[in-house]
Amino acid sequence: MDVSAGDLNAPHSMGTTIIGVTYDGGVVLGADSRTSTGMYVANRASDKITKLTDNVYMCRSGSAADSQIVSDYVRYFLHQHTIQLGQPSTVKVAANLVRLLSYNNKNMLQTGLIIGGWDKYEGGKIYGIPLGGTILEQPFAIGGSGSSYLYGFFDQAWKEGMTQEEAEQLVVKAVSLAIARDGASGGVVRTVTINSEGVTRKFYPGDKLSLWHEELEPQNSLLDILSTGSPEPMVS
Amino acid sequence: MLLGILGMNSLDCTPATNSLIRSEADSQRTLYPYVTGTSVVGIKYKDGILLAADMGGSYGSTLRYKSVERLKPVGKHSLIGASGEISDFQEIMRYLDDLILSDNMWDDGNSLGPKEVHNYLTRVMYNRRNKFNPLWNSLVLGGVKNGQKYLGTVNMIGVHYEDNHVATGFGNHLALPLLRDEWHENLTFEEGVILLEKCMRVLLYRDRSAVNKLQVLFSLCGIHTSRLLGNCCTV
Repeated sequence: MDVSAGDLNAPHSMGTTIIGVTYDGGVVLGADSRTSTGMYVANRASDKITKLTDNVYMCRSGSAADSQIVSDYVRYFLHQHTIQLGQPSTVKVAANLVRLLSYNNKNMLQTGLIIGGWDKYEGGKIYGIPLGGTILEQPFAIGGSGSSYLYGFFDQAWKEGMTQEEAEQLVVKAVSLAIARDGASGGVVRTVTINSEGVTRKFYPGDKLSLWHEELEPQNSLLDILSTGSPEPMVS
Repeated sequence: MLLGILGMNSLDCTPATNSLIRSEADSQRTLYPYVTGTSVVGIKYKDGILLAADMGGSYGSTLRYKSVERLKPVGKHSLIGASGEISDFQEIMRYLDDLILSDNMWDDGNSLGPKEVHNYLTRVMYNRRNKFNPLWNSLVLGGVKNGQKYLGTVNMIGVHYEDNHVATGFGNHLALPLLRDEWHENLTFEEGVILLEKCMRVLLYRDRSAVNKLQVLFSLCGIHTSRLLGNCCTV
């Protein structure tokens, strides 16, 4: 006899696309850069990939305030932990600290997080912590409202044992596809790659991304289009 | 406003709940589940206990996670299966790890059997329900100790019972009728697995949140339990 979960709220959309994938030697984290309040884009160049320690970063989605405060607390505790431990914290410890906060404050927080990093014991690891505070170690993780459009893409495109270049290309392509279809995602694509050698940040503005269906080539000015004769009619 | 001092009484006091940040209002309300597991089915067979569950973690109507282990061994004698909110199940596993650790620290040769673990869980679940802060799970607890087989269930409101066959969620409606019809005292291991497979197939047909990747655990008569982790893909 079970109590039916009558209030099984379908999860709220969380304006963002965030991704974390493992590859042979490390992890690649990716995100869009749009922060919205309702229909207004409050920040079109946000950085949603936040540093927790030198070797562990976190992608934030959902409430900006909630995700920021969680990352601030975890950074503070991890800093103390690192001092006590005498060496870099493991990704697992960082992820479990985030889980503690997310789980014990589940009634008040609305943030989905992806933790990714590299440590000398386990190598590159990705942990997903969705709403509610479940912790799941995964070869790759996607989150935010834009991720709805990526489940099928990753089912098809994900492979075990990719190289760093393949993983980065996959992440950029995926965030770009999500931005194309999700109104709550936009701006630029940011990636952070973490491996034994360290951390590399990359940035992909719109003109560096591939064009998808019904998207036009970027132009510097409308005048450029007009001066090349009458514009081509859009083919439907 | 229902405040009161939310004392850290003994049932809540685990390292996990001596949490880093806590405010008084937060655990006073019933929550709703986010990442959920669906049915768990369990039967007694001639030599012990068999549990089956799929490896899905649903997020609303999305089949979001497909490698979630919802069946776990507990101590030397027991197996637990959970449906409902996965984060609460992960917390229950932490409670149980502490329980088993304390039990082992006595170093007296005795170990908690499935009946005791089931009773502990019942108290946890019921007391949380009384505080309007339930662990949103339905649990199946089975095992063998000193040749005695045990199979029970407890859910988020504290309802608990034992039987030769138990199920959670959709399993109650779809699997139990099959089990009532075809279960008997002397099922062999093979017959038990076939029976469970039949139940899981029906659940895959008729439960929207079922996925086609299963986990099966068994527990044998004798002092030590052995467990089979079968991840089979069905059609």
